Amino acid sequence: MTSLHPGLRAAAESVLLIVMTFVVTGVLFALFVAAAGAPPSGVFYDIYLGAFGSWFSWQNTLTRAAPFMLAALCTALPARLGLLVIGNEGALVIGGVAAAAAGIVLNGVAPLAVQIGMFAAAGIAGGLWIAGALALRHYRGVNETISTLLLNYLAIALLLWLVGGPLHDPASLNKPSTPSIGSANMLGDIPGMSVHWGLVYGVVACALLFGLFRYTTFGFAARIIGGNVRAAQLNGLAVARITLTVGFLAGAAAGVAGMVEVAAVHGRANESLVAGYGYVGILVAFLARQNLAMIVPVAILLGGIEASGGLLQRHFELPDATTTVLQGTLFILLLAGESLRGRIFPIRVVERS
Amino acid sequence: MEHAADLGWWGVPLALLAGAIRSSTPFLFVSLGECLTEKSGRINLGLEGTLVMGAMTAYAISFVTGSPWLGVIGAAGVGLIMGAVHGFICGLPRVNHIAVGIALMILGVGLAFFLGKPLIQPSAAQLPGISLGAWSDSRAVQAALNVNALFVIGVILAFVMAWVFRSTRIGLAIRTVGDSRDAARAVGLDVKRIRLLTTAAGGALAGIGGSFLSLYYPGSWNEGLSSGQGLMAVALVIFARWDPIKCLYASLLFGGAGALGPALQSVGVSTGYYLFNAAPYLLTLMVMVASSSRDRALAGAPGDLSINASS
Repeated sequence: MTSLHPGLRAAAESVLLIVMTFVVTGVLFALFVAAAGAPPSGVFYDIYLGAFGSWFSWQNTLTRAAPFMLAALCTALPARLGLLVIGNEGALVIGGVAAAAAGIVLNGVAPLAVQIGMFAAAGIAGGLWIAGALALRHYRGVNETISTLLLNYLAIALLLWLVGGPLHDPASLNKPSTPSIGSANMLGDIPGMSVHWGLVYGVVACALLFGLFRYTTFGFAARIIGGNVRAAQLNGLAVARITLTVGFLAGAAAGVAGMVEVAAVHGRANESLVAGYGYVGILVAFLARQNLAMIVPVAILLGGIEASGGLLQRHFELPDATTTVLQGTLFILLLAGESLRGRIFPIRVVERS
Repeated sequence: MEHAADLGWWGVPLALLAGAIRSSTPFLFVSLGECLTEKSGRINLGLEGTLVMGAMTAYAISFVTGSPWLGVIGAAGVGLIMGAVHGFICGLPRVNHIAVGIALMILGVGLAFFLGKPLIQPSAAQLPGISLGAWSDSRAVQAALNVNALFVIGVILAFVMAWVFRSTRIGLAIRTVGDSRDAARAVGLDVKRIRLLTTAAGGALAGIGGSFLSLYYPGSWNEGLSSGQGLMAVALVIFARWDPIKCLYASLLFGGAGALGPALQSVGVSTGYYLFNAAPYLLTLMVMVASSSRDRALAGAPGDLSINASS
């Protein structure tokens, strides 16, 4: 193995690590469902069927994957700067509320204008939300992981206050909500399939941001900041501007995920926005190893796992939480597997005498 | 607080006191657990999963055996195992502590919902309360001062933990490991082992916090049982400046803030109380902004803690 090119060796190792992670996860999950009284082979077959087995399940999978892609960007973009943001849920919620508010204010204008307004409001609100946390990090040294965690709670409290007070629709009794944005203003489905436009938003956002970080001087500067902030400052890079821009883009992506939930799924903002998509987004970002191009397939994979939950429930009477157990196991083994990196094909130092 | 309504506005402070005592116990245990873990330089963001698993385990054991105290012990055991898993994985090289915490949170919540599915209907034996308000004729006062033994244990534990950190060999070892890995190694302390033990013990405390939720207040098992007390532990410990006794005060404050909404509602103030519920997070954020600096570690934090900008 020592004759292998170092780049190739690293790539082979990555592939092997991913395969090992999935195999070990599969074995543990098989033991788990067997202990719960379900046949593992049947469960795996159902996960495949429910996720990718038919055009119907593909559509279900892709619909679920859309918010995951956008939410994952909220962690993956700041990771370029070496920062760990976990405020995906909060930015998503704030974006959803802003989109609903914009939809209500603009009601009566042409649907396309309303949709653009909702998109802009969600992006700006989510963007400022996370950019604010990174500003605190840059100017005051406030840890961005903890501050964005706290911001999640503030966002949820703001949502509950707004839907119960200033933006309350008196007709929504059991579940306080904003008024509806109007069915004409809803994001429809992509022509030819029953998957809403959120999927296109997610794929396009990942592609554009991948290009931005891969092929522009901005992306190069961000990489240098991620490598060494002091070196970046000494080289005269606009660290503050780049940090805040990355924060804004990250938050905007999650905010748009909230807009998609409001404008394509619920039609109004309410507690349903707090569905844990933000936390799945963190998992997607880590599983994609913070690689923007990998977010799309990983989000589809996790969307598929979630989509198969219904089938598992019907066939084997396994609870909803089965897919959560699978996700959690996968996440933990993936992180633990990182410790094997560099050990599978170690570089051997040959001593010459 | 149904009784608070008869007292009019006077019911608000009483309901706050009652709420603070009643809702603070889970906060107290998770924050003491997190404090212990963070003192040794690790951060465990997965206590939410531990808390929910603890709640489910305690309820299941209490239902099967009829003894709520066995349930509490079982919850502590499950918490110990989950903490040890976190401690072990974080002991491996190149592993992101924060991400492991989030992963364990997802797994713990998932496992608890999976295994707890059959427990939603049946009712398990509950922990008894201790009535400290028998001197009063007012039912509202009696209800407010009906405290749980776990609360008393938690209060004692806070003082014991503060004493351990301040005046014992073990406490000194934990603080040394938390402040500087290198200094700890230089004096011959096993950094990995101490961190593994503090994370495991911290998990056990979080598990006990969970048992309070299912066995006393709210006192049943369902999927909406936890309102994020486990995730809040990290905020609470920062708010309490890594001091177990301040964790007690912070828990009372966070618990009281949660009770403010329903208390105000009972006297007719119905809007805006979600903002009061969020006040502790805003306060914590403000404390962080005030005490952080670009040039040095967060004031009062263990030097080797991974949330410091310098590490």
